[in-house]
Amino acid sequence: MSLICAEQPDFLSALDAAGIRLLWHPSLSEATGSEFSAVIDGVRSGAIPLDILCLEGSVIHGPNGSGRFHVQAGTGTPMKELIAELAVLAGDVLAIGTCAAFGGITAGGANHVEATGLVYDGSDPGGLLGPSFRAHSGRPVINISGCPIHPGWVVETLLQLAFGTLRQGDLDALGRPRLYADHLVHHGCARNEYYEYKASAERLSNLGCLMEHLGCMATQVHADCNIRLWNGGSSCTRAGYPCISCTEPGFEDPSHPYLETPKLAGIPIGLPTDMPKAWFVALAALSKAATPNRVKMNAVADYIITPPTVVKGKPQK
Amino acid sequence: MSRRIVGPFNRVEGDLEIKLDIEQGSVKAAWVNSPLYRGFEQILGGRDPRDALVYTPRICGICSVSQSMAAAIALAEAGSVEPPLNGRLMRNLVLGVENVADHFTHFYLFFMPDFARPVYADEPWHLEVVKRFKAVEGAASREVLPVRAAFMHIMGTLAGHWPHTLGLQPGGTTHSIDGAAQVRVLASLATFRRFLETRMFGDRLESVTALSSKGELDAWRQREPAATSDFGFFLKLADALSLDTMGRATDRFLSYGAYALDDAFLFKQGVHAQGNDFAFDAAGITEDSSSGWFAPSDGPRHPSRGVTMPDAEAKDAYTWCKAPRLAGQVVEVGALARQVVDDHPLIRDLVQGSGGNVANRVIARLIEIARVVQALEAWAKRITPHEPFFVDAPALANAEGVGLIEAARGSLGHWLSVKNGRISNYQIVAPTTWNFSPRDAAGVPGACEQALVGAPVRDGEIEPVAVQHIVRSFDPCMVCTVH
Repeated sequence: MSLICAEQPDFLSALDAAGIRLLWHPSLSEATGSEFSAVIDGVRSGAIPLDILCLEGSVIHGPNGSGRFHVQAGTGTPMKELIAELAVLAGDVLAIGTCAAFGGITAGGANHVEATGLVYDGSDPGGLLGPSFRAHSGRPVINISGCPIHPGWVVETLLQLAFGTLRQGDLDALGRPRLYADHLVHHGCARNEYYEYKASAERLSNLGCLMEHLGCMATQVHADCNIRLWNGGSSCTRAGYPCISCTEPGFEDPSHPYLETPKLAGIPIGLPTDMPKAWFVALAALSKAATPNRVKMNAVADYIITPPTVVKGKPQK
Repeated sequence: MSRRIVGPFNRVEGDLEIKLDIEQGSVKAAWVNSPLYRGFEQILGGRDPRDALVYTPRICGICSVSQSMAAAIALAEAGSVEPPLNGRLMRNLVLGVENVADHFTHFYLFFMPDFARPVYADEPWHLEVVKRFKAVEGAASREVLPVRAAFMHIMGTLAGHWPHTLGLQPGGTTHSIDGAAQVRVLASLATFRRFLETRMFGDRLESVTALSSKGELDAWRQREPAATSDFGFFLKLADALSLDTMGRATDRFLSYGAYALDDAFLFKQGVHAQGNDFAFDAAGITEDSSSGWFAPSDGPRHPSRGVTMPDAEAKDAYTWCKAPRLAGQVVEVGALARQVVDDHPLIRDLVQGSGGNVANRVIARLIEIARVVQALEAWAKRITPHEPFFVDAPALANAEGVGLIEAARGSLGHWLSVKNGRISNYQIVAPTTWNFSPRDAAGVPGACEQALVGAPVRDGEIEPVAVQHIVRSFDPCMVCTVH
């Protein structure tokens, strides 16, 4: 459903631009029941080429590997069997969302339903198809993780596939398109000044940085949420709540409540990606000491109570 | 008699299969199967209670905010927290935008495309339907996606993104919007209103919601431009195909009450049956798992003491859905139920005349779009920037809470128990759990199962088109149903 929030172009226009014809989509297509089965049979026989297979949702293996927790309606076949059958016929295979990529929320806790992704079980290679799986294109499964996905991540990946411009090396180590996974959620965060000075929000709704107390993982999580922006120009951190790491494997089972930052001796355990701990501690102490009063005050307010000083006359060069 | 299994159904959210007994050109009996189980209630066990706000919206990509709202309200009740006025207005706005978007999506993308099917090729209206409503290719599909996406900017502005926001909290909302955001929301609403008034209704929203009887509706839809609006077109099809004779269920309707504010609901809480109104008593809700693949239990349970233990070997079972009942009775939930319980005069008149059926469910959904958009405008104007939106909720040690709300598809309930700071039980009864309930221990079929009885089957039909109209008239969300 997140996908149909795509804009400029909208989802259907994007497919037109890519020259992609939808064989079947659960929310959009007319074909239902036996008409759907006819499409699948056509793919099986080779009469209908399947250039791109997109899977949304995890692969459910339970109970006891039988797949009976998710049976394809109308046929009695475990869904995992149909997915496996189609994957080997497809030109490319896309896992749409963290569930399809890594197992996601449905694999949470004791994972009673035995949910996995297509080629990952959490961050471990495996899943339904196994780590050596390659689609007909020679590419591995493309993991567009995210819970939800940004429509732009999917649309741009589809366009690149259609135009033949997705190069080897355009996927990261987890099979995610680097077009969004080469960024951290922190990049472009509108709370950057609070982060720089370690001026932290004390509760949700405060303007300050959400990393120190409120569980924000944005400095470690791969995605361009704060550059690309969502639904007309926002993001989790812009709306006042922390990044919960939804594009990463294992986000369903953090070792702490989502809205709390785990700390050791008062220092967050999760340091910004690629940041040496000693430097982080030293810089944090220094920047805390240097925090302007304006930033300190606003960080614990729900609105800007102290605006930046207006210097009359021309800005100093 | 012949038996037929129909599925997979698409243009419903999630996995759905229906077994039909067909005799002499009509459906004699139906069994609704939800063939997916995910176990959210188990996933929630043992977690920090606040984490319910991360897990429950992810039950569903289309009713996501509804799940957040129910969880936030259950947590608020457990912690005795009351959000400030701005927080309550924001909640209503966020939930209202999702509900309106879901009705809108249902009408244009899920429901109307069935009339463009080849089975209707000989009908005089068919070409026109194909041009406007055919799935993927019709003009409306193309037109409404950008309109819907622009409307969802309100979700970005208020709650970061849609679906799956963490912006709704027990003590209000995490985002204290400023005056600029407030007017952006009003501008998005005005843009959406323009589409509704020019394309969907061909009239002012106020004139649509003021229609007070079937007679007035019949007169209204003869006049231009309403006659050639999308709603007018649907009403023409409803007449041509007698959709008001299809899909009648129990005619017992439930609403938990929608959009609480100022100690009242925008749409009242209650039960309506056979022309009478009854008070709603949450103590009368039970879930019966005898037709589901669940471990044997000691009979129906109130959700606050509910148990969800899957057992794929369970005897006589045919679905992963439980059978909720209110005072032992099957009820129908959704926009039609909300509007009839709220005593909207047009909807009352329609239900009095022909009961709950395919036509009336769709009409009620569109009337509700027109009513809720006006309310959204009023709520957005009432927000006072620089006043509080949020209060912190205390950590929960031992507590119970219930969140009863109205999602687009009907009554949604979350029952939460916390022991020693951890979730000890979490039970969810979703709208489609009510509507697509299986048979209970007494063998009484659920609302959709009842609605399908009598559905006409044309010669040579594999998936009877009437069955498709009836099923989709409920706008089922199967992923919420089985969570």
